[in-house]
Amino acid sequence: MSTTTEEGTLTKKDFVTSNDVRWCPGCGDYAILNAVQRTLPELGIPKEQFVVVSGIGCSSRFPYYMNTYGFHTIHGRAPTVATGVKVANPDLSVWMITGDGDGLSIGANHLLHLLRRNLDINVLLFNNRIYGLTKGQYSPTSEVGKKTKSTPAGSVDYPVNPLLFALGSEATFIARTTDTDQKHMVETFKAAQAHKGTSFVEVFQNCVIFNNKTFDSVTGRDVKNDQILYLDEGKPLIYGQGGNKGIRLNGLNLETIDLEEGSEGTDLLVHNPKDPNSAYATLLAQMTYPAYPTPLGVLRQLEGRETYEESVVSQIQIAQSKGESSLQELLTGNNSWVVE
Amino acid sequence: MSPSTDSFEEIESAVVRFAGDSGDGMQTVGERFTDSSAFAGNDIATLPDFPAEIRAPAGTLAGVSGFQLQFGSRKILTPGDEPDALVAMNPAALKANIADLPEGGMLVVNVDSFKKMNLTKAGYESSPLEDEEFRKKYHLIELDLTSLTKEALKESPLKPSDKARCKNFFALGFMYYVYGRPLEPTLKFFSDKWAKRLPELAEANSIALKAGFNLGDTMETARNRYQVSKAPVQAGVYRKISGNEALVYGLVAGAKQADRELLYAGYPITPASPILEGLSALKKFGVKTLQAEDEIAAMGMAIGASFAGDISVVATSGPGMCLKSEFIGLASITELPVVIVDVQRGGPSTGLPTKTEQSDLLQSLYARHGDCPLPVLAAHSPSDCFECAIEATRIALTYMTPVILLSDLYVANGAEPWRIPNVSELAVIDTKFADPNEELVVYKRDPETLARTQAIPGQPGLEHRIGGLEKSEDGGVSYDPENHENMSHLRADKINGIAKSYEPINVLGEKEGDVLVIGWGGTYGAISSAVKTLQDEGFSIASIHLRHLNPLPDDLETLMSSFKKIIVPELNLGQLSTILKAKYVRDIIGYNKLQGKPFKVAELREQFVKHLS
Repeated sequence: MSTTTEEGTLTKKDFVTSNDVRWCPGCGDYAILNAVQRTLPELGIPKEQFVVVSGIGCSSRFPYYMNTYGFHTIHGRAPTVATGVKVANPDLSVWMITGDGDGLSIGANHLLHLLRRNLDINVLLFNNRIYGLTKGQYSPTSEVGKKTKSTPAGSVDYPVNPLLFALGSEATFIARTTDTDQKHMVETFKAAQAHKGTSFVEVFQNCVIFNNKTFDSVTGRDVKNDQILYLDEGKPLIYGQGGNKGIRLNGLNLETIDLEEGSEGTDLLVHNPKDPNSAYATLLAQMTYPAYPTPLGVLRQLEGRETYEESVVSQIQIAQSKGESSLQELLTGNNSWVVE
Repeated sequence: MSPSTDSFEEIESAVVRFAGDSGDGMQTVGERFTDSSAFAGNDIATLPDFPAEIRAPAGTLAGVSGFQLQFGSRKILTPGDEPDALVAMNPAALKANIADLPEGGMLVVNVDSFKKMNLTKAGYESSPLEDEEFRKKYHLIELDLTSLTKEALKESPLKPSDKARCKNFFALGFMYYVYGRPLEPTLKFFSDKWAKRLPELAEANSIALKAGFNLGDTMETARNRYQVSKAPVQAGVYRKISGNEALVYGLVAGAKQADRELLYAGYPITPASPILEGLSALKKFGVKTLQAEDEIAAMGMAIGASFAGDISVVATSGPGMCLKSEFIGLASITELPVVIVDVQRGGPSTGLPTKTEQSDLLQSLYARHGDCPLPVLAAHSPSDCFECAIEATRIALTYMTPVILLSDLYVANGAEPWRIPNVSELAVIDTKFADPNEELVVYKRDPETLARTQAIPGQPGLEHRIGGLEKSEDGGVSYDPENHENMSHLRADKINGIAKSYEPINVLGEKEGDVLVIGWGGTYGAISSAVKTLQDEGFSIASIHLRHLNPLPDDLETLMSSFKKIIVPELNLGQLSTILKAKYVRDIIGYNKLQGKPFKVAELREQFVKHLS
């Protein structure tokens, strides 16, 4: 386990490197970097225990801007390197940074296996629904019909829903936040670190150059009150100006209802991220604009599943508890003979 | 039983091949014959040969599985060119192997299986056993193996079909009689394997084995018995070992000598899977094994573990090497130690997945983008895999680099006696992590080895970032043109400098003369045997076997220039030949074979003689 330092001995400044940050001016990545640098000092974990691992893409430059141990690996494969780091030293706090292309296109296979294995790693997937570093081709989260340089007549790919992907991969922690909300990002990242197991966090991130304002219909200042549903454990699903709307179950579907002023609505769904049945989380993950408000916060948090690295270590400990091992005996085996 | 009237003929060595359906237990009887011969004090080399299909349709040529071994009272370096005795359990096994049996060779057949249906499946129109010419050509011994086995087991509680399955051990018992092999190691094997779990099976197999042995004693045709005396070997404790087993032990020993934790990541692939399985059984040595989702992931996990301070290892075969190549480039530029084992098989693509070949040399040397030289070494025999695994670990940690260790299917699956080393005499691999009390310069190099410093996560004050982008010495990302050229040179110079740590080349024969044969990998036994016979006949010929393929030894060029001709035999289309021609700009005579089979001693001898005056 990580040893804790005295609260407050670290500050955001401790996590800033001397490197010039080279994202485009106005990129959402700056806000996410700021939120992560604000989160880590508050976790009570010594700075040397943090390792930030990334793949390839704009988001994956992240480790270079974090004054921690870091590894900028190759396209799509960060989950594998992060797995190696965590199994080799389970005491480390491993943060994996990826994007919609890196994590859900070239690296979707590895992401699936990381999530199902449930290593205690925090995965932040920056979703800007576009390929930025290769200058503007559509990504696996781009909407059908997206016109880009590689799809002048509009893309014909049906997009993947990152939260449903994580659910299908049996992730034990699934959350969503947005680069437009510092406070919410910090809260969500803290919750991710507090969870034992792989924490998957989708971060809505704006690409100012190639896909500007892609989330504005949800997170824009003028609409967010009506379009964002903040998830809060134990609280009913209420959103809208002054909490004037709610969500309830109708058959196997969700429906939005208008609430009378002052009424709480008796049949509203109450948020329970710990429900072992994935049906509720699936309904939440499928809530998309414009039919529904977009949920932000922790959708799902299952406790009790052993982490992969714990299982690896425990099998070794059990084997070693049965007595001393001698390399000489191993080499000699059971069928040796002596030549005089 | 009356005292045996048999005569023993003393012979120096013998080659026996067992062949049957892939479900007939031919690999098992071959292994047991090997153990028994080791117990008798012979030197041995083995060649398991099995199809890619787990259980191809019974009785067909596609399903034939074989096991050949040579044992002798002299140094045995190969499993033998051709069998002196062939055991064929069915017509398909006969058809697939008979061409290799020389005239007059002993042929033991299970006549019970020579029925119309099996003959048709094997493509025989009529039984070859009814052909007079065929019968005269070999020393034919026809055994009703199935019925003899059932008869011997009439008291056994096993089901009739299970009784019939014991016929492989009946046949083995018969061959033990012919070659005067001890039964004890095989009886012990039955007891160790089944006495607790399936005592009836242990008993039935013991009875079948003894019945086969006793049958020999009563048969007129089997009275030519052979005796192969103990081989004169160095005193010590010995065991039989296969290449993959030796590799597993060498990796564990290497990690121990370096005082590092061993993490292995792998994806199952023939013929490297036994390394994953072998290491997975060694948890009590603290070995962490991860079965990855694919070959790429295995390499990534190894790199991550290496960054965190473990010595990490992956093992695969050719197709897996292709998948790992992007990650190998990352390990090169980040200068992290990883041992990458390639157990070669026939390629390209799926190729011949259960047959041997040496065709991944150029891939190992070059299959990465950018200028990315890496150390490459190759094991030449099953027991040499132990030493090569330690050597690969030493190079990886001492020089902070991925290392490619080539084995091949022939070396991996073959077995030989191994003089067990004393662990206390193994060399220590001395490496250190960066000192947390000094300021970290990520690419500061050791003046001797040019290895960079390694600082592992968890140490306060040494926080740093590495990655695939080019870096300057201080670890910062650098697009500076001169820095890239300088770093490329430094990485190459580091690898080239490894040659300074080699022992001088070991020459079989004189250090000058007419012909020098240069080999590498699993061809060692055949090349050395052929060269020795020619030396005994007075020819001016010598051979060397290269363990290090990159960098090549510094004393190679001078040695080559002391011979008039250079011959390079390889189980590929001339990969080492290409390297030697390019590097030393001289004529090389290649001898190449791509049949999924090892070289025979006789064919090499014939090739070498052509170039000797």
